[in-house]
Amino acid sequence: MSSDDASLENSGTQTGAFDPNVSNKSRRYFLIGATSALAAVGVVGAAVPFLSYWSPSAKARAAGAPVKIDFSKLLPGEMLSPIQAWRGKPIFVVYRDDEAVEALNEQPHDLADPESLKPMQPDYAQNATRSRWPEIGIYVGICTHLGCSPKYVEVDNFVATKQGGFFCPCHGSRFDLAGRVGRGYPAPDNLEVPPYRFESDTVVVIGEEGAA
Amino acid sequence: MIRIKHLILLTLLSLPSALWAASEINWDMEPFDADLHDKPSLQNGMRLYVNYCIGCHSLKFQRYQQTVDFMGIPHETALENLIFSGQKIGELMTTAMDPEGAKAWFGAAPPDLTQVAKTRGGEWIYNYLKTFYDDPSRPLGVNNKVFENVGMPNALVSLQGVQREACIQVPKIAPNGGEMRDPRVPGKAITHEKCGELVVDEGTGLYNAEEFDAAIYDLTNFLYYVAEPTRLERHRTGVFVLLFLVILGCFTYLLNREYWKDVR
Amino acid sequence: MSSPEQQENWFKQDNWFSRSMGWVDARFPATETFEYHMSRYYAPKNFNFFYYFGVFAMVVLVLQIVTGTWLTMNYVASGEGAFASVEYIMRDVEYGWLMRYLHSTGASFFFIVVYLHMYRALMYGSYRGPRELLWLIGMVIFLALMAEGFFGYLLPWGNMSYWGAQVIVSLVGAIPYVGPDLMEWVRGDFLMSGATLNRFFALHVIALPLVLVILVFVHIVALHHVGSNNPDGIDIKKNKGPDGVPVDGIPFHPYYTVHDIHAIVVFFIVFLGFVFFAPEGWGYFLEKPNFEMADPLKTPAHIAPVWYYTPFYSMLRAVTFPLFGLDAKFWGFVVMVAAIIVPAMLPWLDRSPVRSIRYKGRWSKFMLGQFVISFFILGYLGTQAPTDLGTAAAQFFTITYFLYFMLMPWYTRIETCKPEPDRLNFSGH
Repeated sequence: MSSDDASLENSGTQTGAFDPNVSNKSRRYFLIGATSALAAVGVVGAAVPFLSYWSPSAKARAAGAPVKIDFSKLLPGEMLSPIQAWRGKPIFVVYRDDEAVEALNEQPHDLADPESLKPMQPDYAQNATRSRWPEIGIYVGICTHLGCSPKYVEVDNFVATKQGGFFCPCHGSRFDLAGRVGRGYPAPDNLEVPPYRFESDTVVVIGEEGAA
Repeated sequence: MIRIKHLILLTLLSLPSALWAASEINWDMEPFDADLHDKPSLQNGMRLYVNYCIGCHSLKFQRYQQTVDFMGIPHETALENLIFSGQKIGELMTTAMDPEGAKAWFGAAPPDLTQVAKTRGGEWIYNYLKTFYDDPSRPLGVNNKVFENVGMPNALVSLQGVQREACIQVPKIAPNGGEMRDPRVPGKAITHEKCGELVVDEGTGLYNAEEFDAAIYDLTNFLYYVAEPTRLERHRTGVFVLLFLVILGCFTYLLNREYWKDVR
Repeated sequence: MSSPEQQENWFKQDNWFSRSMGWVDARFPATETFEYHMSRYYAPKNFNFFYYFGVFAMVVLVLQIVTGTWLTMNYVASGEGAFASVEYIMRDVEYGWLMRYLHSTGASFFFIVVYLHMYRALMYGSYRGPRELLWLIGMVIFLALMAEGFFGYLLPWGNMSYWGAQVIVSLVGAIPYVGPDLMEWVRGDFLMSGATLNRFFALHVIALPLVLVILVFVHIVALHHVGSNNPDGIDIKKNKGPDGVPVDGIPFHPYYTVHDIHAIVVFFIVFLGFVFFAPEGWGYFLEKPNFEMADPLKTPAHIAPVWYYTPFYSMLRAVTFPLFGLDAKFWGFVVMVAAIIVPAMLPWLDRSPVRSIRYKGRWSKFMLGQFVISFFILGYLGTQAPTDLGTAAAQFFTITYFLYFMLMPWYTRIETCKPEPDRLNFSGH
């Protein structure tokens, strides 16, 4: 290193301008420690605005705000069209008739996750119909395989529950009318259920929970 | 070591700063002191704005949500009473008026007012809104003492009443700036006639003079808030930051002094 | 527990730190560089207040780069979107208002600091040999900084941004023969437009910051190669101790690192005082007309550049007469450019036998004083609308500004100087 050169502690001591051995070292170390600690607090404080700056802005939060969907015109057996979006995601609203609801309540076969054990839905949607109300099914219209948007299919013999369901054209995954994925298809999970609550008989608010 | 040049620098720096807006206003401006802590005033200002102004003048950089949150108005109340356009609470306070149509009707599109308290200042707005007066020679029938030959109609005439130019008796001002008084009658001012003053036709407005002044104060206060919604937060944060730095400064001072004991 | 005398510097003991540094040093000159530039760089012990402004300038540079990067995350560089994006940052983005005010106040403080930094050089003869190149590099940094500020000011796309840029770009149009084509080339359009905004954005955000950072690095290397000057203007390397260390020198680290850290805290108190309590700088840092969007059909009542350009703008406006068939606008432009460039010649204009103003004669003191006064008055005049008296004053002070430089070879030679001391004037802290 610089052992042949005068070491810092000795240079300047005899004839020079500075003498590091003069002072009280412990006071010096205390001050270094205290000032550094305080400065570290300052650095953390200064970092806060720079990190918060990255949070979703008011504009993003406004765009991500709850969305009200009116399904008064929906008939049994239909899915609401045009498809509404919440946080940029398509929301499927299906009106299931009594036959369909009954079929969903039967013990289903050939479903990958019939009990909805995986966390793809809020608590109130962990049931046979995967919804608050048996007749209205509300699901995020994104296939759990690779993100394509499934199509609504109204035929009798589609998935295990022998009613209609959702068919994903990309790789052929099939979901029943409660959004439960059939076994053996590429999609691993049931369709996601967004948080929602009913504001009235005909209006649902996606993105808000609270008293149903 | 203070040198002559430093003293000269200091003197020059204390010269009054340049007047920014060329002041061609021919009117005695009343002062305006904003108070962003007065939430009821801001709420009333917002109420007046959405009822009388937003039909033509957008506040297109400001969101409803941020505004009502600052003033302590719950979202439901705001949606019922302050948002007439069917907009959501998170949206920007735009106006429904079509700018092309406005240009045709008024000669120029009514400007957005988000920043008006910065470009013109609160005092200007306060006085402007109070000094509309009847003037048949103008296309819209009104003129303004602060903004001569303005192209804006008097949107607040229903509140203020019709104001006209008149000659009235005003107290005479002595050379030393004081009001001249009649020496024989205590408290009575000596008056002379001054023309070009403004007088409201009694009973033509919903508010009397004090009520109208208060309403205009609130409206101006609201616009002052909208021009910089983060002002109070800025002050609050600033106090903490500077306090911290002063404390840190004490330590760095001691540390510096400690090291420089070595130097001779 | 060993006594303070026996307790060696922790960094020199055998621990994980010194071992890691050993590994690094075998592959990269880390410790060597630190010693060359900091712990074994011997700076004069008598640095005063005016010696802070170099490090302040570095701090502000870093601040501008960081806050500028953050702002760029939300800024939209288009004529349609720019103004709205600034409002978005001010209102909708968390702490966006702080980022913006740090950057706008930082721009003004950059110039305050740089002007004081340059003034120090004028006072103490820091531009004299062997520091001529250091001074020239600094002049280039100054030019780059003026350009950076000019490009940056257009970005908010306020009405003053637009019209200020319009006026300055149209100066280019005054150059004979090539002027109008050059103007169109600079603008990228037939008028100031989104095209101009876009290219100024690119220059402001990456090209010039890169140039500035590289130049500052070169500036410091040049300084460290010859060593720092000091308020007494004498060469501390002439007087070395038996160990080769200048007797009036102290290692930059720890003495000036600790010194500067304290100064930086005080600087931040002043700077952040403005940021939090007067960010508009009473209409000088953020100008009122700029709170309105750019409008090609609505000229502000009074177009003026930002305060830090006003001394030079004043000189430009002072030339009111044509010459040799070229109009006043062109000659004004020439005078303005000359005023910015003439300080570069200082190392060769100053013929004094001594470096520092402390030992120069009355002439130098008077001329430097009047130069500063002229600069301030020209600056003030530049903020005002032109009047007959104002123009006459600007003409007078333009002449006095140039006389500081033009007469220097003469007055620095004929004046009686004081003898320079051998050792620095220093009183213990």
